[in-house]
Amino acid sequence: MRVAIIGAGITGAACARLLARAGYDVTVVERGAVAGGTSASCEGNLLVSDKTPGPELDLAVDASVRWPLVARELHDELGPGFPSIEFEPKGGLVVSMTPEGAEPLRAFAASQRAVGIHAREIATDDALELEPHLSREITAAVHYPQDAQVQPVVAVEALLASARRAGARVMTSTEVVGSLHDAGGRMAGVSTSRGDVHADLVVNAAGPWAGEVAGALGLSLPVLPRRGMVLVTTRMPHRVFRKVYDADYVGATQSGDADLQTSTVVESTAAGTVLIGSSRQRVGFDDRLDVDVIREIATKSLRLFPFLEDMQVLRTYGGFRPYMPDHLPVIGADPRVPGLYHVTGHEGAGIGLSVSSAEILLALMNGTTPPLDPAPFAIDRPTLTPHLQEVAS
Amino acid sequence: MTDILVIGAGPAGLAAAAAARRRGATVRVIDSAERTGGQYWRHLPESRPAGREAVLHHQWNTYQSLRQALEFDPGCTIDTETQVWAVERRADGTLRVNLASGDVDGTRATESVVPDRLILATGAHDRALPVPGWTLPGVFTAGAAQAMAKGERIAVGDRVVVAGSGPFLFPVTASLGQAGARVVGVFEASRPSRMARHWLARPWELAGASHKVSELAGYVAHHVRGRVPYRTGYGVVEIHGTARVEAVTVARLDADWAPVLGTERRIDCDAVCLGHGFTPRLELAVAAGCELTDERFVRVDGEQRTSVDGVFAAGEITAIGGVDLALAEGEIAGWVAAGGSTADAPVRSARRARDRFTRFAERIATAHRIGASWSSWLQDDTIVCRCEEVDAGTLNRVAESTASVGLRSLKLTTRAGLGLCQGRICGRTVEQLLAGASGCTAFADGTTTDRRPIAAPLRIGDLARAPQSTETSPHQIP
Repeated sequence: MRVAIIGAGITGAACARLLARAGYDVTVVERGAVAGGTSASCEGNLLVSDKTPGPELDLAVDASVRWPLVARELHDELGPGFPSIEFEPKGGLVVSMTPEGAEPLRAFAASQRAVGIHAREIATDDALELEPHLSREITAAVHYPQDAQVQPVVAVEALLASARRAGARVMTSTEVVGSLHDAGGRMAGVSTSRGDVHADLVVNAAGPWAGEVAGALGLSLPVLPRRGMVLVTTRMPHRVFRKVYDADYVGATQSGDADLQTSTVVESTAAGTVLIGSSRQRVGFDDRLDVDVIREIATKSLRLFPFLEDMQVLRTYGGFRPYMPDHLPVIGADPRVPGLYHVTGHEGAGIGLSVSSAEILLALMNGTTPPLDPAPFAIDRPTLTPHLQEVAS
Repeated sequence: MTDILVIGAGPAGLAAAAAARRRGATVRVIDSAERTGGQYWRHLPESRPAGREAVLHHQWNTYQSLRQALEFDPGCTIDTETQVWAVERRADGTLRVNLASGDVDGTRATESVVPDRLILATGAHDRALPVPGWTLPGVFTAGAAQAMAKGERIAVGDRVVVAGSGPFLFPVTASLGQAGARVVGVFEASRPSRMARHWLARPWELAGASHKVSELAGYVAHHVRGRVPYRTGYGVVEIHGTARVEAVTVARLDADWAPVLGTERRIDCDAVCLGHGFTPRLELAVAAGCELTDERFVRVDGEQRTSVDGVFAAGEITAIGGVDLALAEGEIAGWVAAGGSTADAPVRSARRARDRFTRFAERIATAHRIGASWSSWLQDDTIVCRCEEVDAGTLNRVAESTASVGLRSLKLTTRAGLGLCQGRICGRTVEQLLAGASGCTAFADGTTTDRRPIAAPLRIGDLARAPQSTETSPHQIP
């Protein structure tokens, strides 16, 4: 069975590896370079802490179990000569900074505990012991040992290197311009800027550009880009030990508001830099620098970690997160065209959710039972149907 | 009245400011250094004046008259120790220039301006190709050595070897001598045949630029008189020492700069200066949206206009051409930005000078182009990116194991170019080595190391207090 996967970001890479190892004949078609889009412009979050109970959290829990295994497999397979994906199960610490913010955070954590998440409410003194440089102003703290981190670009390269070892091909600088169909109307591959790629199944894993790809295939898909900016500091001795974030982050991830929203997420990388995020803004694919946005991120980060005042911002990057109107990814077959699948719309959670999304895709293709119910991620789910029509009309 | 912001107070920037003032614009000049003059007219502080500046600096009188004209001009503001840390392209097509001023180690004042016209005169960094042992104490870029000689009157060593390519090796050698060092050898990588072919061909094109040729001839004569051995077609291929530089190995280089086996020779020395040309400082031009040429300089038209409306460029960011070309380009840019035209009589001589020196610069660039095989003198453990301590072997190994053809991914997987200098020192070299290792001619993601949206590191505290877009001032002139 030949599969063409469109997009060589984390989602395409995770799917390519899993399908190739399962015996599919995989070709990845990428418009630019591997890990050249969203996956290269994010923080590498593997989080359960920011998710409300529901299908996305279920997927995140599944992913949090898979990542340690995937990380080990990749290391064993690719050897010590391959750069490390820097998988670090460092845990997350969510804090509220105001008296009014304490209760909603506690209630949120309780709702997560009810579905089995390790959301440990801890005293503020204990939080300061975990993170000694944190502001003394915190009013509540919840510790999430399941949160983890990877270096997202190395993770994509490693997944694809593994996929290649299982026989997958990767075509870079190759843009999909149309679809191929057989006499019965089934997908028979894609036509690209470098010729036709014949395949029995086609997977659209183009992240925020999945809507454009769907368009090239003659369909609509209501995936939109949402911009996120991150600041990177110069290297420093480790002073931030977990993923630490302000509780209003949760609100921002769940919001559909187009206006700028920022909420503080601070974490160290293995290289010794500190990443400070992040903003969420719907501005299309506009990638211009906006100082107002990064100033707001900087201002809020000082509330959380006052020592950052004297640290230097070395660079900033912005990425486009694939955003669905109902805040759930799309994973599965497109009922409009037999043989076409979509795996996209993970917004800011795609790095983490990629490995589990790939498992669902594989099960759907094989006709076996997926690790969790795929219905909430189906493209024809009730919450997405109106948007599909909207775009199609 | 047109308000013009000039970024860079070297020859191009000062000439631009003076011409813009003559044409009636109000001008503000900013520079990150403590004093005006740029890299070229780097000099002792006025509190410690020396009578020999004119000897040390070509065109010193030009600098003095430009500076005096601007310093006492109420229509011109000069802000030193002021950096552009970001340029924003706004929805209405204007550019918002974000400045930080004051000591880089302390709290800095931030300010945002939206000038009517912007003149970029940001100059170039000197470039040194990595050589095994080049991270030892006692190894300097040619530019750093000259800066110490000109700016502080300090010689980098007692027995100095100078190596690299291009006419810049001459003034560096001269400055070292004036600062009291003994230059034991100058090794020019280009071969005499190539230099002769490009320096001396079509001499009529050089009419008027002849003083450049005689200036260079003067340097050559100085070397002969001073008994400084000057060898062409040679390079330093390894630097030896334990705690610091003790010796170098020089070897003959073939036409592509690959060392010729069997020609190695060891020379004792206590300092090495490496200079392999210059890299233009393009981050602000890139942030402003200016198109670049295939050779990666800012593309300008005959009036020094970039592809972005209202943005001009002059000096080394448009081509490495030396002080005369920078002065001519700056004058034209300033005049046109202020509303003039190149047909105007006051800039006629600048226009002619620019055409002349452009041809001269093209020849020098061709004669001293970096050879394609220079990397054959690298060893696996030769550091390429000094900030992140990434060696040549790592670049090759990662490029091979990931099979990546994207620069962004290769940088993030190797960490080359991600350090404090943000690839200013190593960027072009990293690109070249990674492209070679991954077997691609152009990176599939279309990125380069010239893109740095944060053009200068900024304290998070200063960023948090930076003015909002609503507080942006129109360009403020006293």
